[in-house]
Amino acid sequence: MESGTKAARLELVEEPVGELLLRRQWVNYKDVLLKLCLSLATSLTVLTTCTIVLLIGKEAFAFFHMVSIVDFLLGTQWQPLIEPQQYGVLPLVVGSTLVVVLSMGIALPLGVFVAAYLSEYASFPIRSVVKPFLEILAGIPTVVYGYFALTFVTPQLQQLFPAMEVFNAASAGIVVGIMILPMVSSLCDDAFCAVAPELKEAGYSLGATSYEVFRGIVLPASAFRLAAAVILAVSRALGETMAVTLAAGATPNMEWSFLKSIQTMTAYIVEVSLGDTPAGGVAYLTCYGVAALLFGITFVLNVLGYRWMRRTAE
Amino acid sequence: MKRRWCKDVLFRWVCGAVSMFATALLLVLLVHLCRQGWEYLDSSFLTQFASRRPAQAGIKAGLWGTLWLLALTATMAFPLGVATALYLEEYAPQGRLTRLLEVNIANLAGVPSIIYGLLGLAIFVRLLGLERSLWSGSMTLTLLILPVIIVSAQGAIRSVPRSLREASYALGAQPWHVNLLVVFPAALPGILTGVILALSRAIGETAPLVIVGAVGYMRFVPTSPSDDFTALPLQIYDWASRPQVEFHQVAASGILVLLSILLMFNLTAVWIRHRLQRYPS
Repeated sequence: MESGTKAARLELVEEPVGELLLRRQWVNYKDVLLKLCLSLATSLTVLTTCTIVLLIGKEAFAFFHMVSIVDFLLGTQWQPLIEPQQYGVLPLVVGSTLVVVLSMGIALPLGVFVAAYLSEYASFPIRSVVKPFLEILAGIPTVVYGYFALTFVTPQLQQLFPAMEVFNAASAGIVVGIMILPMVSSLCDDAFCAVAPELKEAGYSLGATSYEVFRGIVLPASAFRLAAAVILAVSRALGETMAVTLAAGATPNMEWSFLKSIQTMTAYIVEVSLGDTPAGGVAYLTCYGVAALLFGITFVLNVLGYRWMRRTAE
Repeated sequence: MKRRWCKDVLFRWVCGAVSMFATALLLVLLVHLCRQGWEYLDSSFLTQFASRRPAQAGIKAGLWGTLWLLALTATMAFPLGVATALYLEEYAPQGRLTRLLEVNIANLAGVPSIIYGLLGLAIFVRLLGLERSLWSGSMTLTLLILPVIIVSAQGAIRSVPRSLREASYALGAQPWHVNLLVVFPAALPGILTGVILALSRAIGETAPLVIVGAVGYMRFVPTSPSDDFTALPLQIYDWASRPQVEFHQVAASGILVLLSILLMFNLTAVWIRHRLQRYPS
């Protein structure tokens, strides 16, 4: 009983000391001023979110006033800038999906292997070489990846597949895969390292090889965080803009072909912005229609990803 | 027994090979860039404006635009980011609201950069009437990197030992005094590392600047924050999207300049982390 209250008292002290002092009867005006300034700065983050949601909501509402939301989501023709106008967003969605699927097909297996190597096998010197390399790879601007796709990946692929067009979904997907590889591998590395060592040691003491420990214990134990990593990486690949604009072209189509030129949702927004678009015009509004869809998808993915990540962290 | 052992060795080798492959990708990228960009990379490349002839093309306008953007973004993002992190770590009461604030910041970090571009276009360019100026560009970039700065600054502030704060309070210091003159300086190296890494992300951002309306082809240097501007990555995009092979090589030269700036930033961050940081986060 005695020790119980002591523990409770110790926990009380864990509150910020400044906060305790602020609750006194008399307060220094400088403290109040500082707290006010800091909380004002903090409110900017809330303001940003609200502005994004309100702005996109408002413009998308105006857009859907003009084009029915069913035609937009289910239409298979995207031709908003030339007569006769068609506002079916599915071709852009197909383009984005192609890039996401290919990039995840590359980044996920590679990322899991790299993370397995870093967390289970690599000695310290190797780890301290591979990790910075991956960090540099993550810090390279996306426009550089676009250039790489256009001038290196596409010519190489064209030797393999002569039918490949200059702008194509494959090279864009490959470089986006390389781009998100560091993110996937570091999230997976965190996930593997978070597995309780007791579990692994139990496996080893039963005579399992390290491969069996990895397959039978580490992978299942970190399944939730792996799923979270996949979701966050998909969201990142969806929002990727410059690499796909440079390498994948500007031809929205529904052919599901990696060899052909496509257009993603992000690339369309860039295409419109490069032209001279008056505010409130149709082209301007289509931008926000597409942006609303993009924001909606990535928002759901991010919320889900962070929630799953947090769920296992606790 | 033998088969299990073989599987284990095989798995180890596959993992190692894939890791080496991932690091080799970076080398392939760099070698390709150097081979492409070497030809046009000389001192006149840094001092000339964009041109229709590849041999005379230079990145003066882009370089200055990027420097302007950097300076403006840093002066806005640094105080805002640090203030938010200080509030969240030192003042915010623990509870639902604070949790919500942190989830919100994590979400903002995941919003695609192109959405920030649309935000900047509607708010800074149109609503506030700042036009396609450096102001619009740098404010957009500030909002974009703010979540990154906040999260890293929070880590740095959290790693300052509690005993330091208690010692100051014991000497009779006021909360504002402790936070601004004890906690902030102690966390500064960690904060700076985060800010520099966030800025190096801002340097490479292209999409939001395209949306906000920076131009790809410019033949003058901006002299005030309300001028039109271009930036290095935009200039690179402009060159890379042209059909002529010579311009692709010019783009590679521009990329080499951009990457060396990024490398300098990263080295500075590493140096600060190793030399000045007393409380690693």
